[in-house]
Amino acid sequence: MDAATKQAWKDLGWKLAAPVVFIGAVTLALPALFGKHGLRKREILYYLDLCGVRSVSIVVLICLLMGAVMGMQAAMQLRKVGTEIFIVDIVGLAVFKEFGPLMVAMIATGRAGSAFAAEIGTMKVNEEISALRTMGIRPEEYLVLPKLIAMLIAMPLLATIGDIAGIVGGMAVGVTYLDLPLAVYWERTIQALSAMTFLLGIVKCAVFAILISLCGCYCGFSAEGDAQGVGRGATRAVVSSIFFVVVADAILTLLYSFIGY
Amino acid sequence: MGKRGKTPEIKVTDLAIGYDDRVLMENLNFEVYPGEIFFIMGGSGCGKSTLLKHLIGLYEPKRGDIVIRGRSIVNATEELRMEIMRSFGVTYQGGALFGSLTVAENVAMPLEEYTDLSASEIAAVVESKLALVGLAGFGDLMPAELSGGMCKRAGLARALALDPKLLFFDEPSAGLDPVSSAELDRLILDLRGHLGATVVVISHELDSVMSIADRIIMLDKQARGIIAEGDPRELRDAATEAAVRRFLTRDGMKA
Repeated sequence: MDAATKQAWKDLGWKLAAPVVFIGAVTLALPALFGKHGLRKREILYYLDLCGVRSVSIVVLICLLMGAVMGMQAAMQLRKVGTEIFIVDIVGLAVFKEFGPLMVAMIATGRAGSAFAAEIGTMKVNEEISALRTMGIRPEEYLVLPKLIAMLIAMPLLATIGDIAGIVGGMAVGVTYLDLPLAVYWERTIQALSAMTFLLGIVKCAVFAILISLCGCYCGFSAEGDAQGVGRGATRAVVSSIFFVVVADAILTLLYSFIGY
Repeated sequence: MGKRGKTPEIKVTDLAIGYDDRVLMENLNFEVYPGEIFFIMGGSGCGKSTLLKHLIGLYEPKRGDIVIRGRSIVNATEELRMEIMRSFGVTYQGGALFGSLTVAENVAMPLEEYTDLSASEIAAVVESKLALVGLAGFGDLMPAELSGGMCKRAGLARALALDPKLLFFDEPSAGLDPVSSAELDRLILDLRGHLGATVVVISHELDSVMSIADRIIMLDKQARGIIAEGDPRELRDAATEAAVRRFLTRDGMKA
C-alpha cells in the first residue's frame, strides 16, 4: 500500500471516527445538567424562542396546507368508491404518524439545524470555541446541551400544533369539498386516532430533535477556515439532518409496524 | 528548580508539535520563569500560534511534555487539564469575545462559572477589570460595536477575570496601529508590575519585543526548532546566526 492510499484510509478513518468522538463528548457533558449551572435556563429560553416560538406560524401554515392537500388527494379517490368518510382516517393517521413530525423536522432543520451550524462554525472561526476551552468550559456543555434540550422541548410542542393544523386542513376539505358534517368529521377523528398514535408521533419528533441538534452542532464544530467554511458547514447540517431524519423515520415506522401501529 | 533558582512557570521538554502527520517543530526545550515577559517569535507560518495552542492545552503534542506551574498539561486527565486551563488567561488575536453577549457579560462569564460571587459582586469585579484595561463604561456594548484594539482589551479583561498569574497573548499587536500597539505594550508591563503576572506573548512585532520582552525564543521553519534564546537586545547586538540577525535588525535584512 503506497503512502497516498495509506493516508486516504487514515483520513477516512478520522472522518468516520469524528462524529463518534463528538457524540461521546456530548454524552460526557450530560452530567453537567446536574451540576452548578444545571439546565442553563437563559440559553435554553433563547433557543426555545429561536427554534420554537418563531417557528409556530410557519408550522401552522405548512401543516394546514399539507392536511388540506392530503385531504383533497384522498377525497378525489374516495369519492369514486363512495367511501368519503375515510378521509378522516387517512388525513388523521398520516398527519399524526408521519407528516406532522416530518414537516416539523424539515422546518426545524432549515431553521434551527443550519442556525446551530452557522453559530458554532462562526464561533470556531473566531476562536470563541478555543476561548471556551481555555476557560475550562466544555463547549459541548455550554453550546450543545442547551440547544438539544430546547429542541427536545420545542419540537414535540410544534408537532402537536402541526398535528392540530393538519387535522383542521383535512377537515376543511372534508366539510367543504365532500360536504361531510363538521360533527361527523370530528366524531370520526376521535374514533380513528388514539393517544398512542399521537404519542408515537411525538416520540418520532423527539428522535428527530436529537438528530437535528447533533447534526447542526457537529457540522458547526467541524467547520474549517473562514466564512465559506461556515457556509459549507450550515449546508452540510441541513443535508445530513434531512438524511438522518428520513432514515430514522423509516426505522421507527418499521418498528411501530412490529408493535401493531 | 530552574537555572534562575526559581521554579519555572512553564517548562517545555523535548516537545514536537504539528498537526495530522506533519511535524512543524521538534526538540523544543525552554522555560518561562515567574514574572517574566517572554516572547515567542518567528516568521509567518513557522508555527508560533500552533506552539501557543499546544502550550494552552488545545492541541496534543506529537512528543514531549509541557509542565505548567508544576503540572503536566500533556499527561493530565480531562478534569486536571481543565483545572490547569482555568489557572491561566489567554487573549486571542481578535479578542474571541462571545458575539451574543455584551462586553460586561463576556468578562463576567468566568466569574459566573467558577465563583460563588453574587451578581452585584460580579458586576463590581467586571467594572474593575474593564477599568484596568481602559474600557470603563463600555460594558453594555456588544463586541461588534468595538474597534479591533478594544476587542483585544475586552478579551484581556475577560482573561484577567479570575486573576491568573500566567497570561498568554496571541499576536496582541496584529491589526493595531502603532499607538494602540504601544498602549497595549504598556498595559502588559502594568499587568506584570501590578499583578506580578508572568506573560507569554506570540508576536513578530520588533518594537514590542525590544521595548517589553525580558527574554525571547525565536522559531525557524527551516530549522524546525528554536534558533535563538535570550535577551532580545543582546541577541540583536551579538547574534551571529544570519536568520536571527535578519529578524532582529533591520540592517540584517541587507546582510
